[in-house]
Amino acid sequence: MLLAIKLAYRNLIGAGLRTWLNVLVLSFSFVVIIWIKGIMVGWDHQAKTDMTQYEIAGGQYWQETYDPFDPLTLDISHALIPAEVMPEIEAGDMEPTLLIPGHIFPNGRMQGVTIRGIRSGQSIWKLPTEKLDTVVDAIPAFIGLLMASSNKLETGDLVTIRWRDANGTFDAAEILIVDIFSSNVPGVEAGQVYIPLERLEELTLLEGHATILSYRDPEAPRAELTGWTLKPKEVLTRQVDELIKTKSTAQTILYGILLLLAMLAIFDTQILSIFRRQKEIGTYVALGYTRREVVGLFTVEGTMHAVLAAIAASIYGLPILYWQAKVGWTLPMDASDFGMAMAQTLYPVYTIGLVISTVLLVLITTAVVSYLPSRKIAKMNPTEALRGKLQ
Amino acid sequence: MEIIEIKNLVKRFPMGKGEFTALRGVDLNFGKGEFAGLIGPSGSGKTTLLNIIGSLDVPTEGSVTVLGRAIGKLNQKEAAQLRKESLGFIFQSYNLLQVHTVYENVEFPLLLLKLNVTERKKMIMDALEWVGLTDKVQSKPPQLSGGECQRVAIARAMVKRPSLVLADEPTANLDAANSHNILKMMENLNQELNTTFLFATHDEKVINYLHRKIFLLDGKVDNEEIIRNH
Ligand SMILES: Nc1ncnc2c1ncn2[C@@H]1O[C@H](COP(=O)(O)OP(=O)(O)OP(=O)(O)O)[C@@H](O)[C@H]1O
Ligand SMILES: [Mg+2]
Repeated sequence: MLLAIKLAYRNLIGAGLRTWLNVLVLSFSFVVIIWIKGIMVGWDHQAKTDMTQYEIAGGQYWQETYDPFDPLTLDISHALIPAEVMPEIEAGDMEPTLLIPGHIFPNGRMQGVTIRGIRSGQSIWKLPTEKLDTVVDAIPAFIGLLMASSNKLETGDLVTIRWRDANGTFDAAEILIVDIFSSNVPGVEAGQVYIPLERLEELTLLEGHATILSYRDPEAPRAELTGWTLKPKEVLTRQVDELIKTKSTAQTILYGILLLLAMLAIFDTQILSIFRRQKEIGTYVALGYTRREVVGLFTVEGTMHAVLAAIAASIYGLPILYWQAKVGWTLPMDASDFGMAMAQTLYPVYTIGLVISTVLLVLITTAVVSYLPSRKIAKMNPTEALRGKLQ
Repeated sequence: MEIIEIKNLVKRFPMGKGEFTALRGVDLNFGKGEFAGLIGPSGSGKTTLLNIIGSLDVPTEGSVTVLGRAIGKLNQKEAAQLRKESLGFIFQSYNLLQVHTVYENVEFPLLLLKLNVTERKKMIMDALEWVGLTDKVQSKPPQLSGGECQRVAIARAMVKRPSLVLADEPTANLDAANSHNILKMMENLNQELNTTFLFATHDEKVINYLHRKIFLLDGKVDNEEIIRNH
């Protein structure tokens, strides 16, 4: 094996330009595959972090009729906060949120919204709730950037808001936009208006009610609450996993094509090598190699392209990948159009597992592609190979 | 002791629907230290016979025993072992590894024998000295003349001091001066190391050096001449 590596190395370096072209194509595949996979890992990480920080915290209980995909049930989806979680809420490790359907009237238009009652003293999200802790004539409210730009709202704007109270009667008031936040999580921005929880309870006559209970610690064991459905963090982030999985399939096809091109180049080189180097093959056999060993030599030679490519890739690829991880990759389209947590700029994250699996993938594929045409050598007649007359 | 024993050797090649008989009943023996040649016109079966002796091909009928091993009965591994340890080949077109240096070319058989680097170095330098190429150690075959290439090939065949060297038309691509040069070199090695040489040729220059001449015609031994005993 060691001898095969030594010989293969000499042969490859001796082959010159062709070797370097193959190595270049292969090393390019290395860098692109690692980059694409890194983007996916980075995106997954960013999406989950943003969701945690702006929406789901460490996990949630949903009032049992609450269904984010069914706005018609929203007005009945609330219940009294169970007594057993009150200590946790008082300690600030759980936050009740009350969701009430309503409308706002920005610039004379009517727009359906979800009014979110949230405690101004909360510390489980990065939402600017402290801004709600202010004394103004109108109800202080903040909204997300998506909401602000689609309705042309700015900090300091006064907007009329309308809702129905527990008895079903319409009521209206003015809200004052005290802040606009940006989160990369469309779900917490589009159509959402945040006001202090106690104000919403008053307005709707729903004292002590909530729709969602979000807790801080994702690890702690959670008890079942009657009338509430436990939604652990893994469940709430599952849609991210699924979306990333479908996106990954698309990316896999993309780098599969790239890899295929590189493999075609290697395959072609191997076929050509075996055809052009018949005399050499015959000579190896005459000097005491078995044909199997010659197959091994050619396989090692082909596979070594991938080894050289890995070295080349680490020389020019590392700085590129490092630079990408620093500046990130800005999406050419509007990230919020994705309808899920996705930042406009994604920062690739390269894990050791990712790098190792990529290197193995390319190495094994190259080995297989090098081996397949080389098998032909095992069937060659050495005397004919020596004459160089095989077709 | 005979190092090659050939009894009633027949070799047939498949040809289209039928067969072509290249060797039709050859009986020959060679002893240690011979400097012999198979002589005959094109198509008489010289290369075919040499290839079978070299375990690169197998007899159709009859038996060929080289250094006590029956060629037709060896598996691939055993045949490779025989070539690796005991046989040296010299080809008409040199068959050097083009991208390897002279040193590396001569080193190849020793690498197969798994000798260590100091042993290898000494043996390579000895072999290059026999053929007078110690100053071209780092050259590669494309930079060498035909005569020099064939000298490298001789060094490669001789470096492991094999019992038997098989040379198929070694001078066919060389001019007269180079041919004589190379034959003298091989004759010396034959004397000094008692290596058996078996040639296949129709070149007069080679024939004049041979100590034993075997004339082949249509796949049969036609005549034999012994000039001097080894
Ligand atoms: N693999 C093969 N298949 C079919 N016929 C073959 C094969 N190898 C050799 N022959 C035939 O066997 C005969 C002997 O060939 P061989 O190569 O041994 O001749 P040779 O004496 O070495 O001739 P030359 O002086 O031209 O090298 C030739 O007629 C050749 O065509
Ligand atoms: Mg011939």
